[in-house]
Amino acid sequence: MIDFLNAFVALSNFVLIPAISYGAQLALGALGVTLIYGILRFSNFAHGDTMAFGAMCTILVTWLFQSWGISFGPLPTALLAMPFGILATMGLVLFTDRYVYKFYREQKAKPVILVIVSLGVMFILNGLVRFIIGPNDQRFSDGERFIISVREFKALTGLKEGLAFKTTQGITIVTAVIVVIALFWFLNRTRTGKSMRAYSDNEDLALLSGINPERVVMVTWLIVAALATIAGTLYGLDKSFKPFIFLQLLLPVFAAAIVGGLGSPLGAIAGGFTIAFSEVMITYAWKKVATYVVPESWAPDTLVQLLSTDYKFAVSFVILIIVLLFRPTGLFAGKSV
Amino acid sequence: MSDSVRNTIYFAGVALLIIITGFVQSWNTALFILNFGLISAIMALGVNLQWGFAGLFNVGIMGFVALGGLATVLVSMPATPGAWQAGGASVIGALVLGAATVVAAVILMTKMKAGKLRSFSVFGVLVVGFFVYRGLFDPAVGLIEEIDPAATGYLGGLGLPVLLAWPAGGLLAAVVAWLIGKTALGLRSDYLAIATLGISEIIIAVMKNEDWLGRGVKNVVGLPRPAPYEVDLQSNAAFIERANGLGFDAVTASTLWVKLIYAGLFTVVLVILFVMAQRALHSPWGRMMRAIRDNEFAAEAMGKNVTARHLQIFVLGSAVCGIAGAMMTTLDGQLTPGTYQPLRFTFLVWVMVIVGGSGNNLGSVLGGFLIWWLWVMVEPMGSVLMNFVTYGMTDGYWLKDHLLESVAHMRLLTMGLVLLLVLRFSPRGLIPEK
Repeated sequence: MIDFLNAFVALSNFVLIPAISYGAQLALGALGVTLIYGILRFSNFAHGDTMAFGAMCTILVTWLFQSWGISFGPLPTALLAMPFGILATMGLVLFTDRYVYKFYREQKAKPVILVIVSLGVMFILNGLVRFIIGPNDQRFSDGERFIISVREFKALTGLKEGLAFKTTQGITIVTAVIVVIALFWFLNRTRTGKSMRAYSDNEDLALLSGINPERVVMVTWLIVAALATIAGTLYGLDKSFKPFIFLQLLLPVFAAAIVGGLGSPLGAIAGGFTIAFSEVMITYAWKKVATYVVPESWAPDTLVQLLSTDYKFAVSFVILIIVLLFRPTGLFAGKSV
Repeated sequence: MSDSVRNTIYFAGVALLIIITGFVQSWNTALFILNFGLISAIMALGVNLQWGFAGLFNVGIMGFVALGGLATVLVSMPATPGAWQAGGASVIGALVLGAATVVAAVILMTKMKAGKLRSFSVFGVLVVGFFVYRGLFDPAVGLIEEIDPAATGYLGGLGLPVLLAWPAGGLLAAVVAWLIGKTALGLRSDYLAIATLGISEIIIAVMKNEDWLGRGVKNVVGLPRPAPYEVDLQSNAAFIERANGLGFDAVTASTLWVKLIYAGLFTVVLVILFVMAQRALHSPWGRMMRAIRDNEFAAEAMGKNVTARHLQIFVLGSAVCGIAGAMMTTLDGQLTPGTYQPLRFTFLVWVMVIVGGSGNNLGSVLGGFLIWWLWVMVEPMGSVLMNFVTYGMTDGYWLKDHLLESVAHMRLLTMGLVLLLVLRFSPRGLIPEK
């Protein structure tokens, strides 16, 4: 019995908790991608760098607060700075929409042209972030490091296996839940949210019923800016902030959005967790868990790792391909924004 | 102004830019730009085949370029003594077995009737195949990587002349492109983009981690060269005499001469590929491709096999990128998987094609040279600009230091700006499609 508890604790420590917090970050990123796809109808390649930009603004404000001596008690100061980061990112996306995307929208350009345009925006944002904060690793988390640390957990339960629950992981999960609830409340209950869903379902019909498309687009960009900043900051808090990481994050984020079904917010969340869990589970060395569960004589002498961690891209990619081949519209097709 | 006059002016302009670089900076830099410009032009030709001819949105160029580089190692490096005996056969056997597993699963999937039985058997074949593959593969890889890990630790290559690696690189890229195209083509353009982006990251991950294949991040250095070594030239009496006769010292002359040899070789490849691409564009096949690009449904209604044609041009374009990749690795003289970045090897090539003029081979070549020149020269130009901007600030002021330090990142900013400006004000590029 104790062995099973130990196995479960090891599993939670190395698989469940990291996968849930990573999944929450991916889901927030994928929500942004899916909203843009639903309303503006193109895949926004600049999304990863929008996340980087938002996180960078938050970091700059965090440093300012830290220099003023403002802190948020046991929680990271970055949470206090996040609203300012969101405002800055909102300004940025409205600027790019007004001076870049709007022109092509009015021309009714093909989606692939908008994708190429977003490549240009991606270059600029990537350069801008590196220009302002540099290409290096930035640490900005402060406050308590752990909600519960390995030693505390062992003392508390007397188990052999320890469980560490980082503050950043807790914050990620709580924030993601709040944001998702707020987003769904907005989309389902408010007038603007309903007009967004109508616009995404059927553009012409929505226009006929008097919905102002520019307003819908603007609100979408504002929400996307907030989502991107939150996702970027949480990822930066949990791992660390490196500008080029966000370009690499683009692949799992897109995979999550597509696996869930592009344009479907519920799908984006499901996709985010699908990708995160598969990545972590397939690249985790199961030896530790297995030794507790199976009889001693069966204990594996290898790591029982299906793939090395360097291949986590491959995991999100393979899932993406399987879903595209067998269910091209994703898991949650038909349920639009 | 006729088209040919305008095109001549454009190319003369780019040539002038490179020559000015030669005078202002150094001829070494100018030739460096020329060589990489030639390679970039070939990559742009490849992407133009896919995007300009057929409208395929491939953002996995980096992967095919890297495969070309890998081919250079596999073809030209000498085989590592003992490595094949140690584990070569097992590794190859394991790979064949892995492929057979996938093929078996696909056959079961298509031949059996849908239902629980099919799901179980497909799953079973995959799981058993995977573990047998790992069981055979892992120990063999361990044995290979144990052989003098500081210097080799990989299978090595065939020891053939390095020029053979260029077509081989194209072939390797073509084979992989065929596999990818079989699965991913036919998806919507956005999906194809994400799929190719993923594939290229996976190719790089494989090259970084499979040490038995190409030493991974330990890099393969000292690849054989098609040109003589500078050191040999510098000790060659006849060469020194000729160099002095032209007014150069031996060291400068040898580096320039080697670069010129490369430039000559690259020019030959570029001209061959350009003529072929041009012939293809103006052939019935090229017209069919453009018809498919402009209206897939109409072309299909006319009896054209759209998926097969897409696969064909995807493979061809990727092969051209593979050739360029092999040439680049040959020029570098080393394979460094860690240096492949999507911004540099995928998206920059896209900027070249769009700026030059998609659908026009001449435009892509022009874009390749022009954007490459800009990519290299933004940094020195940016530092001049920043010195000017910060002229009035006192030394040691944080903003001055920061601005001067960040000059290196002006590149990406400039490329994005160029791309957006061209897309907005001249969406068909410098030399538009006719």
